[in-house]
Formats: sequence, structure tokens, C-alpha cells
Amino acid sequence: MKEDPGYYDYWPYRDRPPIRWPNGARVAFWVAPNIEFYELQPPRNPQRAPWPQPYPPVPGYSIRDYGNRVGHMRQMRLLDKYGIRGSISLSAALCEHHPEIIEMCRERDWEFFTHGIYNTRYTYGMSEEQERAMILDSMETIEKHVGRKPAGYLAPALSHSEVTVDLFAELGGIYTCDLFHDDQPTPVKTRGGQRFVSVPYSLEMNDTIAFVVNKMEPRRYGEMLRECFDRLYAEGAQSGTVMCIPTHNYQISTPHRIKAFEESLEYITGHPDVWVTTGREIAEFYLQNNYDAALADIASKSGAANATSATNGRTA
Amino acid sequence: MALDQELLQYPMRRYGMDHDRYEWSMLTDRAPVVWPGGKKLALWVNVSLQFFPLNPQRKPLSVAGNMTMPYPDLRHFSLRDYGNRVGIYRFLSAFDRYGIKPTFAVNAQVAERYPYLFDAVRERGDEIIAHSWNMDTAHAGGLAEGEEAALVTRSLDTLRQRAGREIHGWLSPGKIESENTPELLRQAGIDYFCDWVNDEMPYPFHTKHGDLWAMPLATELEDRFVVQDNLHSEASWADQVIDACDFLLQEAEEQGGRILSLSLHPWVLGQPHRMKYLEAVLENIQSRPDVWSAGAGEILATFRQQTASPATR
Repeated sequence: MKEDPGYYDYWPYRDRPPIRWPNGARVAFWVAPNIEFYELQPPRNPQRAPWPQPYPPVPGYSIRDYGNRVGHMRQMRLLDKYGIRGSISLSAALCEHHPEIIEMCRERDWEFFTHGIYNTRYTYGMSEEQERAMILDSMETIEKHVGRKPAGYLAPALSHSEVTVDLFAELGGIYTCDLFHDDQPTPVKTRGGQRFVSVPYSLEMNDTIAFVVNKMEPRRYGEMLRECFDRLYAEGAQSGTVMCIPTHNYQISTPHRIKAFEESLEYITGHPDVWVTTGREIAEFYLQNNYDAALADIASKSGAANATSATNGRTA
Repeated sequence: MALDQELLQYPMRRYGMDHDRYEWSMLTDRAPVVWPGGKKLALWVNVSLQFFPLNPQRKPLSVAGNMTMPYPDLRHFSLRDYGNRVGIYRFLSAFDRYGIKPTFAVNAQVAERYPYLFDAVRERGDEIIAHSWNMDTAHAGGLAEGEEAALVTRSLDTLRQRAGREIHGWLSPGKIESENTPELLRQAGIDYFCDWVNDEMPYPFHTKHGDLWAMPLATELEDRFVVQDNLHSEASWADQVIDACDFLLQEAEEQGGRILSLSLHPWVLGQPHRMKYLEAVLENIQSRPDVWSAGAGEILATFRQQTASPATR
């Protein structure tokens, strides 16, 4: 085990080469609905039990199924109303289980990035070959159903190995959602030296973290989203920031929570200097316009002893 | 290092669900429903009358609200009992004041231990559904099928006998089930159960002996869940219910009748400092012209009259 995953060098927030988003926007704003499939009877991973109860796990399974049966349409209509294309964190098997949802999102030109096969299958304990095959399966399944190869990855149930990001970069991905170290995109070092970035996804704004872990009241969640936006919008006048709201249809789309979410979407999209976009578009823009300057700046601030190589390679 | 190959196989990766209990169906694809009088929102107030034994066996497991301290856990035992002695009578007054028609989910042991309370509920004529024997009889995986069958029979026999009428509905303690629960309920003459929280309208649930109906009783808005698990204030619980009511009424304008289910516990909201929030919620909802307060079975019967769902018997 390592002391540090080695994906990025220390890089202070202040005095970075400024980011100028399209049309002078201060904040790149994206919404990432997690559209997931949890299995009723998954095999047990040696390091993490998928469900807290013996089979059948009715409470946990049924509320997640609610997200697909009831919640999805509610959130989709809301995002339509505010002109937001979702960036879906997708359990790839959902393409097979619920193709109707995939088709509706494809018609809307939403982005699909991979979130593994099922959210009840964890990376823990996989060999490198097994993990590569799982990620590739998820990418190929998504490409087959939506006609475009996914550009981003959020590991299933946030379960990782030491090489998760390296493998995804080798398979042709360009961004990861698994790192929470910054409010701006940053270059990520991979063992293959690919041009690869982290796009801020935010666990703090994640509805499941807010409601299930932090046990937040729905109206307080809405207020928190607006407070987060206000700060990033103010700072974005100097250098563009990123705000992401990761959602789950079984949390945000319940009747007692969706109103607070809508108020926040209305507030955020009502500001003039907001780039309402997707994870892929942020990653592509950054790679094209900011990545090289960022690498040079990181190298200049990291100290000569561990300066980043020109290819931004990672020691495996 | 590698995982057993079984962990990388997906035998149920197919169209629809990964089991055969019910069909994959999005709520928006269902035929719209109209409640009696052209109402848009059915209000299902479900009151659980519960007995938590002082000496829980926790076999196979413990459900929320159970004793947590070393024996004898007088604080939790008596606080739960408070609901059956004090809180419930506040509830009944409030229901009468605001014209609410509740449904009572009753542990059979409550009927046996507190005949005065059970008669008071029975004489109102509101619907009574079964809630197993007590709050220490979890119908969880690991419970032997024969043992569970006896538990279902004993609970239903007791409730039917004391109620002097049929019992058609079921709510499992903690909404936990074993893999045999749906079959056992169907065999015992149950028509609908309220354990699965995956929908907001009734849907047919398959068992080997014919279909049950799954009725949507939300956990996320339940008083105990909001106040005791999430530690939200009672004022916030009231806000959440009102926000849900507003949203569902609005959705019903476009998509047909909806159900607002409120799962209540007299040992939670029946406390003196919480009652006014329950009363405010009931008053607010009942003041809406498009709300229909009805029992769970009545809501289901109305739903079934209007939908072309497959015959279940």
C-alpha cells in the first residue's frame, strides 16, 4: 500500500494560470445523475457486503428501484425545464435492464460516462486483468447502446484499486470523477502518460451524501447548493471554477425533496455567467485550452526535486 | 490477487428486473387514475400500533425502534408503550377534528395485550391491517419457513378473531421480508402488502400462489425515519410533508391521481411537543379541495376498478 496514490502533485489554488470558460462564464455547471442498477442477489465481494441484511434486502433494493421506476422521469423533466443536459454516471447493465431510460437520455444528447457494470460489484480484490475487462465491458456496452464511447469514469460505488485511473486512461478515457482534491479541473498523472484530467464532481453536493450520510433536511440541501454556487461564482470572476451536483433519482426525485432541488436549479441557471455543460465538455475544453499551461505551472511550483515530466507520467 | 470468477459473471443481466417478482414499469407509463369525486391525491394515513418486548430475541435480526440498552431497557420499552397509552388518543382526536380516515397496522400482540385500545380502533370502523406479532418478529432471511408460516397464521388468526372481520393488508415489521414472506402472506389470504418502497402507486407482485398487490408506503417521509433516524426537527418533518403534497398535487394535474402516504407512530409524533406539527399538517392537507382521505384497502379497490391490470386471482 502507498502513502499517496500519486495521481497529482501539490498545486496551490491561488495564482494559477486563469481559466476562461466559453463566453466568459465564471462557473462551468454540470449535473451528474447517477443512474444505477443494484442487484437483488449479487455475489459477495470478500471486502464489502453489498447489503446490510440477509437476502432479500427489500428496503435497500426497493428504494433504489424507485429511482428508476418513479424518480428518473421527474429529474429528467426538471433538467429539461432548465435547459440542462445530464451527464449520467451509468451502471452499464442498465442499458440492458432499462433501455427505455437510455433512449430518452440519448435523444436529449445527454452524456453517458461509465460507473461500472452494477453498483453492487466492487473493484476490491480484482486483478488488473479483471478490472480492465470490467471497465472495458462497461465502455463497450455503453458505446453499443448510445453510439459513443464514454469519456469519463466514476468507479462503481466509489470502489477503487491502485490502478483504476491508469486502466481507464489506457482504455481511452479522458477524465475521472473519482478525485475530490480541487474546485477546478487538474491534470492527472497516469502510468502511461496520457493527457488525462480530473473534473470536479463533489461529494459534498452529492444528494446521497447530503441526505443519507449527513442527514440533511431537504430545504437546507437546496440552500447549501445555492451557497456553494455563490462562492464558486464569485471566485470564478478571477479564474473559472466548476460546480457539479451529483444526484440519485431515489433521493432527489422524492416528492418531499424535489422542490428544494428545483429552486436551486432555477437560481443557478438564472445567473448570466454560467456555462451549463457536461463533464465531457469541461474535460475537452480544459485539455485543449488549459492543460499544458497547468502542467508547466505545477512543475514550477512543485520544486525541482519532483518536477513533473513533460508527459505527466506516474510512477506505477 | 484476483476475485473468484463468479464475481465477474452476471447471470441476471437482461431486459427488465433481475428477478421475477414484478414487471419493470415506469410510473409515467401507467394509465391515469381518478379518485372518487374527481380528486387528485389520495391521502393514506397509516398508523402503526406496536409492541416492543423488553426481552427481544432479535432472531434473525433487530428492527428499528428495538431495545438498545442492556436488559432491562426501561427507557425504550416505556417510551414505545407511551404511544399506545397516550399518543394514540391524541392521534384519534386529531383525525376526528380534521376528518382523516386512517388505516391501523397492528401488531397482533397489541390486540391481545390492550383490548381496550384495539376495541377503540375496531369500533371506529377504520381499516385494520396486520403488522405481524410484535416488533421483535422480523420476517427476515434466515427465519425458517415453518416458523414464519406459524407466525403469519398466529398473527392473522388473532387479529381476525378480535376484529371480528377479515384482514386484507399486511405490513412487515421494519418492512423486512424473507424470501418466503410473499408466498406465506398470499396463502394466508392477504391481498396487499406495504413493504416494498419502489413505487408510488399499487402494482401486482407475483407469488407462487397468485399475485399480491404492493401498496406504496413511503419510508422516506415516515415520522420515525425523519425524526429519529435523520434527526430532523418535527417542524422540518411538517415542511417535508407539505412540500410532497404540493408536488404530488401538481404532478397529478398532468399524470392522474397520486397517493400521499404518511406512516405515523404514536410513540413518535404523539409526544406533546410534536402534536401541533401533526395537526398543522393534517389541517393543511385536508384544506386542499383535491385531497381524498381514505383507507389503504379503499384506495387499492378504487385503483383496481380503473386499471386494466392482469387478473390476480
